[in-house]
Amino acid sequence: MKFSSYTKAQRHKVTKAQRHKAALCLCASVPVLLLLCMISPPAIGKFEILAEGGQRFPPPEFESGYVQPSPTTPAPPQDIYQYMDALVLLAALGVGAYLVLKKRSRPAIFALAIFSLLYFGFWRRGCVCSVGAIQNIVLSIFDRSYAVPIVVLAFFLLPLIFTLFFGRVFCAGVCPLGAIQDVVLVRPVRVPNWLEGALRLFAYVYLGAAILFAATGSAFIICRYDPFVSFFRLSGNWNILTLGGSVLLVSIFVGRPYCRFVCPYGVILRQLSRISRWNVTITPDECVRCRLCEDSCPLGAIREPTADWTARDYVTGKKRLALLMVLLPVLALSVGWAGSKLKNVTARMHATVRLAERVYLEDEGLVEGTTDASLAFRATGKTTEQLYAEASNIRAKFTLGGWFLGGFVGLIVGGKLIGLSRRVTRTGYEADRASCLACGRCFAYCPREHIRRKRVEN
Amino acid sequence: MTENKEPVTRRHFLKDTLWGTCLAGLGGLTGFIVHKHRKTGTLWQIDPYTCIACGNCATYCVLDKSAVKCVQAFAVCGYCRICFGFVGPEPIDVNEGAENQLCPTGAIKRRFVEEPYYEYTIDESLCNGCGKCVKGCNTFGNGSLFLQVRHDRCLNCNECSIAAACPSGAWKRVPAEQPYLLKPALSEVEGRAGHA
Repeated sequence: MKFSSYTKAQRHKVTKAQRHKAALCLCASVPVLLLLCMISPPAIGKFEILAEGGQRFPPPEFESGYVQPSPTTPAPPQDIYQYMDALVLLAALGVGAYLVLKKRSRPAIFALAIFSLLYFGFWRRGCVCSVGAIQNIVLSIFDRSYAVPIVVLAFFLLPLIFTLFFGRVFCAGVCPLGAIQDVVLVRPVRVPNWLEGALRLFAYVYLGAAILFAATGSAFIICRYDPFVSFFRLSGNWNILTLGGSVLLVSIFVGRPYCRFVCPYGVILRQLSRISRWNVTITPDECVRCRLCEDSCPLGAIREPTADWTARDYVTGKKRLALLMVLLPVLALSVGWAGSKLKNVTARMHATVRLAERVYLEDEGLVEGTTDASLAFRATGKTTEQLYAEASNIRAKFTLGGWFLGGFVGLIVGGKLIGLSRRVTRTGYEADRASCLACGRCFAYCPREHIRRKRVEN
Repeated sequence: MTENKEPVTRRHFLKDTLWGTCLAGLGGLTGFIVHKHRKTGTLWQIDPYTCIACGNCATYCVLDKSAVKCVQAFAVCGYCRICFGFVGPEPIDVNEGAENQLCPTGAIKRRFVEEPYYEYTIDESLCNGCGKCVKGCNTFGNGSLFLQVRHDRCLNCNECSIAAACPSGAWKRVPAEQPYLLKPALSEVEGRAGHA
């Protein structure tokens, strides 16, 4: 535009009268200019955005004693609230561990869950949460310029450490996402074991994908597709509200579906819970195999006592195990290969790749019109070659990431198969350490628990 | 609450080793992260020089009324009688009449200062962050109107939905100590350039 080509000296020569005149001329040409603007869609490209400090009209020199105000800058909420969140998290985890392992009281655990739902969910609006913090941690590992705030680190680490010691007490009463599903669970139906295992695979894929997209700086998909955060904020777009509503509707019948089949943080907690120092048990001391607790778990975490294996089972079992061990690397490599082939699809999560594809299509005349993004790119003056080079760099990252993601999924599937063919001995009814969310519903079903609480005579 | 009191078997030994490794791993991760951590958090902000005022800020925010508002950099403003951030297309007259305004919510307040200058301020309770005025001011004026995230409203989502929808990459995380990216006055910019 004409005005931006003024030199500094010229700009200062413009007198007040001239400015007035210019303004009047501009006034007369408003409709013309705007019409021009409308006729040529790439208005942004045409009238370049003023460079830093560039001014068409010199700042006025006021004679009436007018004092120029300065723009207001409302302060962000104090950091102290965030530190308080970390402290509340620590306290809630401590109380949770006590309630699950020592007090063994379902009503108390439920009360803690309600507190967490109100505090971390509705009061603090569900952000930042431990589940989403995975992505911040991953991004900070892969992106040198990104540093994790200490509170986010605390949100990521504290539940993991507590799980290593006490099992999944975080899931039991601290996670607001778990709590919102727990309160609506009124008519639990049993999910068959095979279906449960198959659906759970999704959580592993989701974790892998979340890490891939966070590591490449594409998106935080856990947050983007968080079904409940719109409820916590009491606002959000309709797609996410519908998704959240559907998950809550399913949660009435299927116990905590997000936790069991989707939650990527739960996947990590599962593995740590397997080797935790202490863990929640159905019975306070010994199992009398009364079968009363058999159907008490709406989350499918109770395992029956095992039957003895016959000699024949040993032989076939060993053969199957050996076969699966051999199959494991094959599975990991082949799924990894498939994952790397998906790069053209997965890389589209990155804005630069999307932009490069769009610009390519426009330049080749394969699409009509332009998008805001392609217009903005053309206004920056960068060459398409630079953009394509950037995009192909990112695609290369996705190829490597695809190998890892696929390999990870392959290992998980293979590991699951191996786990199924492993000989397990259980003398009584047990809560599966990995699947048990420590909600404490089974406690009251155990007659030994009633003796412990001195409700009945031994 | 149970603790393993049985004699140490191979399985228990392996499990304990794994447990120790996990704890050490978490410790190592903590060390790595703490090494490059920041004390205070980050906040979302818009770089006014990359922003193209596409209008996504008004519609993509998770809040019903966007946390993004228009800000007037008074030191950059030309105080034009005819402000193209204020006057709509084909105005009947240049005044505060609703039919003459560009702003869909009438959030820009125009006040006479002295001949021929008019002051333009934003009523943030009305502004929806659509950026129509920003486009007008950038195209025909000094570009003193620009969009900023207002931190008294912003929820600072981990994944900001507007940032995800931003076509020009103008959204960035800024340190909480400097939560605004304001447009400085021309004199300041030239002064800084002189020092450098």
